[in-house]
Amino acid sequence: MLSKRIKGRLFVGFTAFCAFIGVAAVAWILGTIIWGGASHITWQFLSAAPTEGMTEGGIFPAIFGTFMLVIIMSIVGVPVGTITAIYLSEYTNRQSKLAQVIRFAVNTLAGIPAIVFGLFGLGFFIQFTGGHLDRLFYSGELHWSQPNILWASLTLALLTLPVVIVSVEEAIKTVPRELREASLALGATRWETIWNVVLPGSFSGILTGAILAVSRGAGEVAPILFTGAAYFLPHLPTQFSDQFMELGYHVFIMTTQSTDVEKTIGIQYATTLVLLALTFTLNFSAIALRARLRKRTAA
Amino acid sequence: MRGPDVLAKAHPVKERPFQNSKTRKRIVEFLIEKAIQGVAYISLIFICLIFVFVFREAYPIFTQKAQAVQTEVTGAAESYGDETGLTPSNDAVELVQNEHDFSPTDLAGKTWQPVSLDPKYGLIPLLLGSLKVTLIALLLAGPIGIFAALYTSSFAPRWAREGMKPIIEILAGIPSVVIGFFALVILATGLQNLFGFEFRLNAFVGGVAMALAVIPIIYTVSEDALAAVPKVMTEASLALGASRWETALFVVLPAATPGIFAAVILGFGRAFGETMIVLMATGNAALITASISDPVRTLSATIGAEMAEVVFGDLHYRVLFFIGALLFLISFGLNAIAEFFVRNRLMKKFKGI
Repeated sequence: MLSKRIKGRLFVGFTAFCAFIGVAAVAWILGTIIWGGASHITWQFLSAAPTEGMTEGGIFPAIFGTFMLVIIMSIVGVPVGTITAIYLSEYTNRQSKLAQVIRFAVNTLAGIPAIVFGLFGLGFFIQFTGGHLDRLFYSGELHWSQPNILWASLTLALLTLPVVIVSVEEAIKTVPRELREASLALGATRWETIWNVVLPGSFSGILTGAILAVSRGAGEVAPILFTGAAYFLPHLPTQFSDQFMELGYHVFIMTTQSTDVEKTIGIQYATTLVLLALTFTLNFSAIALRARLRKRTAA
Repeated sequence: MRGPDVLAKAHPVKERPFQNSKTRKRIVEFLIEKAIQGVAYISLIFICLIFVFVFREAYPIFTQKAQAVQTEVTGAAESYGDETGLTPSNDAVELVQNEHDFSPTDLAGKTWQPVSLDPKYGLIPLLLGSLKVTLIALLLAGPIGIFAALYTSSFAPRWAREGMKPIIEILAGIPSVVIGFFALVILATGLQNLFGFEFRLNAFVGGVAMALAVIPIIYTVSEDALAAVPKVMTEASLALGASRWETALFVVLPAATPGIFAAVILGFGRAFGETMIVLMATGNAALITASISDPVRTLSATIGAEMAEVVFGDLHYRVLFFIGALLFLISFGLNAIAEFFVRNRLMKKFKGI
């Protein structure tokens, strides 16, 4: 029979070990990818297109495609998310049935698997919207009813909408009630108060939301598998109706469908490292912004 | 009347032609409110649209309209499973005109073989595959996440507690395709060497990789639940002479059970719907076996692997949408359950004190 003291030590040790596993996993994943990829990253690799049937060359088209994708996504998703957050926090109260329904919808949206968004993009944007556009304006010729960067961006915008809404709402809450009341008491209307008091006060929160959404969007591959990402393209996307290459998708196809997986292992590691570096840079700036915001609230 | 003067100086109002017209202001205000409300409806509308469109594309399989399936096979479609050599063979079938009757009950079949002369759309192996990977992931991530949360909330020194959060956030921020890559390149070989698996990619590798994606969810939600346990309970236990670990294990942990349950449910939902990790790490062979060292094919991975190759509108396409609808409903249900446990049970429990 173990003494109570030793049992206690063992239990605390076990929980500490569990925490350590989490930390070790992070270190292991990051370590191997940085170790394997760093030596392969050169200016040439970042700025050139793939060559020799994608077994050599760089990943510039994938970097470019990822940036275009998240830019279009944010142009659509961030304003919509911000306005929804404004509506929920400024125009409705907690008890409002409508607000509850919208909140429920946002929570549900956040829980839907990414692959289902991909199916939705295919069914709604490509088949339904694109199909109708083609029938109306292109007499049935395939133009919009094919995977392209616009449909992929819109699908991702929908996926990242909850991220934006949640962090903008959080930021709006940090604007003190007294400021709003002062503004209203001075005769400003509700919208004038939002525009001149609430929005400037929650700017960093909106930025945080946008950054988090971009980071999430840049890392998701499942929704773009069949809404626009391409295996290889000889030229960069210039129009909304073009397909595009993307970093995450590039990692996926290089590891599972490449003609020579062994030969391209360096490219795979380096592409993964670039993707990680991109999402981490974004995440860290969001964390830093949020920390600043919280400090201000506490003060 | 000095007040208004001072204010007017601080906030000079621009001269506008309709400045005096309060009606105009009111109309503008009304329009803005309606516009904002309209945009806020968007997420609501799209939830409904997702529901409608995913089901709309799946629905015809129940009405027998999907007959005369034209199957186009491109041979390369199934390269994920090649490493195992166990994928149902389907090479060299080109443009087969296949008159074949399908009834919705076929979905309960035990064979998933969508691309062949006699296509079979039994979802049982896929469902079991999803459950197998999800359970392995939860068995690993559950204890790790929950006890790690207990450590940081009850025992950890300050530096460890504050260091843990950003590290878990980093883990949560790693894209799933990166975890999939890690599993495929590092984990699969490592585990094969360690346990001597026959197949490099299998359910266990997928489950371990999935656990990495699930730990942040379980940890974060459990931590919140543990932190929400009222201080008075801890203090009462300590005052009665219980040690810190006894308090943590027998007072704090049981008190936070509903929240921890919600954490596990949310983790289950995440693992069940996650696509890229299983697509890259499980071998993708639709087998029904009890062994965790055999390759599996999950529901989500099936959509990811096959949707790009199907003919729009044919039976295979519709069955894949049906799988999507299933995933939608399952995640929807799990979220509702988790929400219920966090909101109602937890609150009720602590209100009683």
